[in-house]
Amino acid sequence: MSQVQAESKPIVSRNQAVGWLRQMMLIRRFEERSAMLYQNQKIGGFCHLYSGQEPLAVGSIGVLREDDYVITAYRDHGHAIARGMDVKLGMAEMMGKVTGCSKGKGGSMHFFDAEKGFMGGHAIVGSHIPLAAGMAFASKYQGQDRVCICYFGDGAMNQGGLHETFNMASMWKLPVIYVVENNLISMGTQLERSSAVLDLTARGGAPYGMPGVLVDSHDIEAMAKVTLEAARRARAGEGPTFIEARTYRFRGHSMSDPMKYRTKDELEKAKKNDPIIAYQAILMDRGWIDEATLHRITDEVKQEIEEAITFAEESPETPFEALYEDITVAPYTPQE
Amino acid sequence: MAVIAYRDALNQAMTEEMDRDDRVFLMGEEVAEYNGAYKVSQGMFDRFGGRRVIDTPISEEGFAGIGIGAAMVGLRPIIEFMTFSFSLVAIDQIVNNAANMRFMSGGQFAVPIVFRGSSGMAGCLAATHSHRLEAWYAHIPGLTVVTPYSSADAKGLLKSAIRSDDPVIFIEHENLYGEKGEIPDGDHLVPIGKAEIKRPGEDVTLITYSRSVKTTLAAAEALAEQGISAEVIDLRTIRPLDLDTLITSTVKTHRVVVIEENWPYCGVGSSVADRIYQRVFDELDAPIGRVATLDAPIPYNRALEASMLPSVERIVAKVHEVMYR
Repeated sequence: MSQVQAESKPIVSRNQAVGWLRQMMLIRRFEERSAMLYQNQKIGGFCHLYSGQEPLAVGSIGVLREDDYVITAYRDHGHAIARGMDVKLGMAEMMGKVTGCSKGKGGSMHFFDAEKGFMGGHAIVGSHIPLAAGMAFASKYQGQDRVCICYFGDGAMNQGGLHETFNMASMWKLPVIYVVENNLISMGTQLERSSAVLDLTARGGAPYGMPGVLVDSHDIEAMAKVTLEAARRARAGEGPTFIEARTYRFRGHSMSDPMKYRTKDELEKAKKNDPIIAYQAILMDRGWIDEATLHRITDEVKQEIEEAITFAEESPETPFEALYEDITVAPYTPQE
Repeated sequence: MAVIAYRDALNQAMTEEMDRDDRVFLMGEEVAEYNGAYKVSQGMFDRFGGRRVIDTPISEEGFAGIGIGAAMVGLRPIIEFMTFSFSLVAIDQIVNNAANMRFMSGGQFAVPIVFRGSSGMAGCLAATHSHRLEAWYAHIPGLTVVTPYSSADAKGLLKSAIRSDDPVIFIEHENLYGEKGEIPDGDHLVPIGKAEIKRPGEDVTLITYSRSVKTTLAAAEALAEQGISAEVIDLRTIRPLDLDTLITSTVKTHRVVVIEENWPYCGVGSSVADRIYQRVFDELDAPIGRVATLDAPIPYNRALEASMLPSVERIVAKVHEVMYR
């Protein structure tokens, strides 16, 4: 993966850029502290961290409108935070608390925030890809120009529902943006062992009659640029776009992954190209931040995450009565 | 009161609800230009156009999920499976997304969607096209499962299903589409979750639903000639179960037989019997009898297929058994 090569003429304002940097740092800190809390057994279940992939979610969600829909898979903390979800709600969800973003019923893989248009983390690989088309269908049906952006991993490229949906979304010109977060490994299976065609851009776009766009998502502004164009097309009624965003995850597939499929060298090399550090350098070069600002942001982010952890720890557990709540809108009768 | 066919009753329900509410639309294979594989949506494409009556490619998982996504953001889709046998291809969408979404999101999203279509052993369709899946879907917290028998219920329950804020599995029977019945005039609604006593009786309670109501009513007629008074209950909704109606009848007759077109093991009858046992075991004068489809894949051969179905003879024999005759 190449180093960040942000364009000389940035597509963002200084304020927006600094905001993006801060969001990326917030996500990274959230994930680092989550890993520690997981090891201390304060977080249970499956936990998939977004470290290394931050500019992908932040750069794309960052150029969408507040009324657009964002939906993703189970590696969902980054997208939720990029969408503006309060980290308190996320941390409380991870700890299974009633104050969590899904009232402690969803956990790490199932973050939801309806108010922010965050339509969920979804944990069956590829299962949310049709849902995204459905939200875009509703937008078009109602004569709106809201778009839906849908993220999934390279592993999801092999699920049948993706191909069914790409066909319908393109045929019906639905305002949806499909983003494959190609981190080159589906759990522990390298791309060349799961995909007959290694060029995912070609595999996801042209066969379905939609543009396929390749982007190095380490470059947050490049990510923003391709997303903006995809959103413009969608709003103009020109249909979906398929974006292959190359990325790299610094952590295992989930917390229980010993990562035997890659060498320490490979990982160390990738970490030297940390996209957050790279963006910090770019913003310094541009004179948009200085060391003092960076320290201030670092401290703020740390404090925000520590406050979220305190909030989560001090929140009550989801009560037993909640088991029968939120199952149906109509009064629910357990069949016992 | 008009007398109309089951398929036309379903058509009326959808048409009236689509006239009433622009958020309602119909999507599925051959529902629009072909006017429906079983002509349930006859004329709807002409009336509502391609925005609201939408033909899909053969992609059940995809269009089931598109419906769920649209429902999450405020539309009220009717998704037709040409037959419910094909819903097996979309079962992840139905179970993980339609049924779980509200709970998993802590109540932030509702999924007001109807999955409907034909079902059952309709004659020489063999193993892949004869599935009865009501027991599968009724297993899932979050789903409502409706199985209408009469034209009036087909219309009234479908209208209620479309107005429901929750996902409804609405299972029609292919052999009932041409059956005619009276339908009350006006905005005819039948509440979900209420069974109906189709024939009152004193000696034994026969609990059934969908196409088996017809066979069971014929069996009750045969039993009457033998001096046995059978009460026939049409469940109409499989989940949630109208247990009160079943208990009241059991307390009256003290003998129960459950009849269904499902396979017996883990079928609807097992759960109905279990719930009656848990509540009023002491009221029963005999173990609850069950008549179900024989436990084998569905064969193509006409006679073989007919031999597995609940028949008048099998129902009468089972009633004799629970009455120790």
